[in-house]
Amino acid sequence: MFCFPVETVFPLEKTLFPRDHARFIRSRLCTWRDVISAHSFNQPFDLKPASTLSFSKLGCNRGGRQLFQNVDCVLEAGRWLYVAGANGVGKTSLLRMVCGLAPIEAGDILWNGTPIHAQADAYRQDLCYLGHLNALQESMTVQENLVFTAALGGLAPDAAQTRAVLKQFGVPGREHQLVRHLSQGQKRRVALSRLALSPARLWVLDEPFVAMDEAGVRMLADLIAAHLTQGGLAVLTSHQQVDIGTIPAQMLELRA
Amino acid sequence: MKTLGLGSVLLAVLRREVSLALRQKGEVLTPLVFFVVIASLFPLGVGPESALLQRMAPGVLWVSALLAAMLSLQRLFATDYADGSLEQMALSSTPLGLLVVAKAISHFLLSGLPLVLMAPVLGLQFGLDGRALGLLMLTLLLGTPTLSLIGSIGAALTLGVRGAGVLLSLLILPLYIPVLIFGAGAVESDAAGMGAGGHLSLLAAMLVLSIFFAPIATTTALRISLE
Repeated sequence: MFCFPVETVFPLEKTLFPRDHARFIRSRLCTWRDVISAHSFNQPFDLKPASTLSFSKLGCNRGGRQLFQNVDCVLEAGRWLYVAGANGVGKTSLLRMVCGLAPIEAGDILWNGTPIHAQADAYRQDLCYLGHLNALQESMTVQENLVFTAALGGLAPDAAQTRAVLKQFGVPGREHQLVRHLSQGQKRRVALSRLALSPARLWVLDEPFVAMDEAGVRMLADLIAAHLTQGGLAVLTSHQQVDIGTIPAQMLELRA
Repeated sequence: MKTLGLGSVLLAVLRREVSLALRQKGEVLTPLVFFVVIASLFPLGVGPESALLQRMAPGVLWVSALLAAMLSLQRLFATDYADGSLEQMALSSTPLGLLVVAKAISHFLLSGLPLVLMAPVLGLQFGLDGRALGLLMLTLLLGTPTLSLIGSIGAALTLGVRGAGVLLSLLILPLYIPVLIFGAGAVESDAAGMGAGGHLSLLAAMLVLSIFFAPIATTTALRISLE
């Protein structure tokens, strides 16, 4: 039987797939893979049309006192609303109205052109709210808390996902620690990590930067910026000036 | 990420409540110890006259069970309200009514069911026979879930109110009276030879009604409390 010696086959292969070609093809493959993944990463979670949040002639009374009235504002997808104002001017009340927790006394809040109370169930799926309270059960572990809040939204993150999220939020390796053993800032970080596990398009954040160190503030700002570039919206209050990436804030100054 | 059906969410809430209760054992044990103490004090106070004890046993056990179940009601939503979890529950895509049902079931499992299991032991102190003990357990099994469901309305209404405990009892006790009357009456009427079927049917009817209406009322009350 006739057999090609290895030495004769090898040059042939070399001419067909020269080393440089192989590297070239591999590099192309890499590029395309990167492009595809980057593309899918930048897509919103589902291909719904871009969302808008708008207030029309919104007013608020608390304890018989007029806090604000006739607030008009339209927030498009990819933008963030910076609610500013002095203490007690009604920032938290406004945010709770946006969430549907507080009743709307005057005017209306529209999500995609429909009043939020007329589509409460659908609206809640699009919403993630983080208030002054961290909503963490002190005698449960960090992992249990995260899994439970995700379950409320109908999601079941696995251990690897929660571990990755906690690492991203600067509390790595704490998943089996009781929440009561964490510091104030760490609790806040765990509470915020809920954002990364939520598919919601509208983030409503009440003083999210409180109790956070400088690195935490930067990390959160980056997270919000990434959310906005994916077609999300954010409404937040803060007493400290922050930059969300390069996306300019849409200001809403409340006055008594 | 995997998505969950409503049943799995309900199970997740139940698991959370039960594991929390097991970590704070005192909270599960307090109503049970209360039940045992109250029901054991009666034979000591009334004296060892067995005919009298037998006659008052169902009523005494039912009243003690009712008070014991009410002890833990105030905590049903209070901790979740204080740490903000309740807000997240109200804003989640899961219907709040379902979460309320899960809470009521967990209240029954943690404070109602132990009472049902403990009742025959206490019944022996009163000299009840096997048939009466079985019937007593059955009435408690039908009645305590109703107490948990009706109680959840009161717990939701008194959230964040000062002196919530007293207010809660005042609101809830009138609604508990029918359950008490038919629960305690079943054993008596069976002993008198009239059969307990009617009482049991009425208890079951009250359970069905409260399964349907209590979550609606509780949900509304919670949304008002959260405003």
